[in-house]
Amino acid sequence: MNDLPVPEAELHAFVDGELSAERQAQIVAWLAQHPADAARVHAYRTQKEQLRRLYDPLLDESWPVSLNARVSQMQSPSASRSLFDADDKAVLSTSPENQRVVRTPLPRSLFHKGHWLAGGLLTLSGVLVGWLAHAYLQPPVTPIVSLPRQAAVAHAVYSPDIRRPVEISAENEEQLVNWLSKRLGARVRPARLGPLGYQLIGGRLLPGNSGPVAQFMYHDASGQRLTLYLSSENTANQETAFRFVAQGPLNVFYWVDGQFGYALSAAIDKDELARLAKAVHEQFEPR
Amino acid sequence: MDGRALLAELPRLRRYARALVGERAAADDLVQDTLERAWARSAQWQADSNLRAWLLTIMHHLRADQLRRRSLPLTSADESELPCRPTQSDGLELDALAAAIGQLPEEQRAVLLLVALEEMRYADVASTLAIPLGTVMSRLARARERLRQILDEESGGTRLRVVQ
Repeated sequence: MNDLPVPEAELHAFVDGELSAERQAQIVAWLAQHPADAARVHAYRTQKEQLRRLYDPLLDESWPVSLNARVSQMQSPSASRSLFDADDKAVLSTSPENQRVVRTPLPRSLFHKGHWLAGGLLTLSGVLVGWLAHAYLQPPVTPIVSLPRQAAVAHAVYSPDIRRPVEISAENEEQLVNWLSKRLGARVRPARLGPLGYQLIGGRLLPGNSGPVAQFMYHDASGQRLTLYLSSENTANQETAFRFVAQGPLNVFYWVDGQFGYALSAAIDKDELARLAKAVHEQFEPR
Repeated sequence: MDGRALLAELPRLRRYARALVGERAAADDLVQDTLERAWARSAQWQADSNLRAWLLTIMHHLRADQLRRRSLPLTSADESELPCRPTQSDGLELDALAAAIGQLPEEQRAVLLLVALEEMRYADVASTLAIPLGTVMSRLARARERLRQILDEESGGTRLRVVQ
């Protein structure tokens, strides 16, 4: 055995089993006489072992909803490559522009609303269609541009909070609803998302542009949190299509309906969030 | 390519992505993007080559793209960055390790994780990350030394024991 110091790279290669048996044995002999190197080797091995202990439990973790959808597509015998075309995810957060606004079709139910047909002015339907199309094609008007941003920030601030995510919890829902309604000056209530896997945690009052707004928080079985941001500040009283913004990992659907602005935020797949947004929209539709 | 072969790699891809990226939603996005790109390009995969290494290579390309155009990220919506609650006795040690891992530069973390978690040979790490072997070695050495320092500081220097 020669007494030349073992190069650092070889200590790593020793730990990772990259050396020949012969060299491996020489290093064992070296370590026996060089406690500092032996301590390093020990530390590196411990790191390696602890990394496995730290991350191996993830192997058994259930898959998130967003992956499940893809997984079931891949498992189906008819899965074809066209399901996964590159364009498919153009609006997800990893798209070249990280923030995009897209429109998804307005739910049919919006067209059943009385007010734009009021007066039976069907002769003006051409004008109305034009107006609707105009409303569709316009970029978001100023007041609602801030809506998703505010909702996203509120989501980012409160949803990671383990101990105090809400001011009033779902057990006291009646109290929560009365309080928020009183403060917002309009009847507000949380949407029911239980059938879609999200249970209400509770809600809180937040400052909006000119007054109070409400945030309801939900979670699913895996602990994934979802927030519904509700503003009654929309004095323009217009309606909009669903709009979508991705901000980093967070996806936000938002829309304006009459006096209320709604924004639904969660770090979940866009399609999944769209389903939830439609469910919320349907529940708040005026009857 | 059989979709099921891809799916069989999913748990390991997720483990690696979470360890690399740290935060659950971002890691899962990365895995999903990886799967989709792999599926879209499955014609490029050679049947006798290592599927996992190919997937990890794709993941690293995607991750490099992400880092290049990273915008201001919002905080994670997840309740915790720590993926697991290990047994009481080693809970604190592992917490410290998770925090220390998070402090490493990502390029060093990637090398360390490929070696430690994926048990890849140095040469395979080099080709997966498209870096020279010497760079693999220097990043690995720096990562391990840095971790050792951080963990030693955490435990007030009492951790150092000589065994062997």
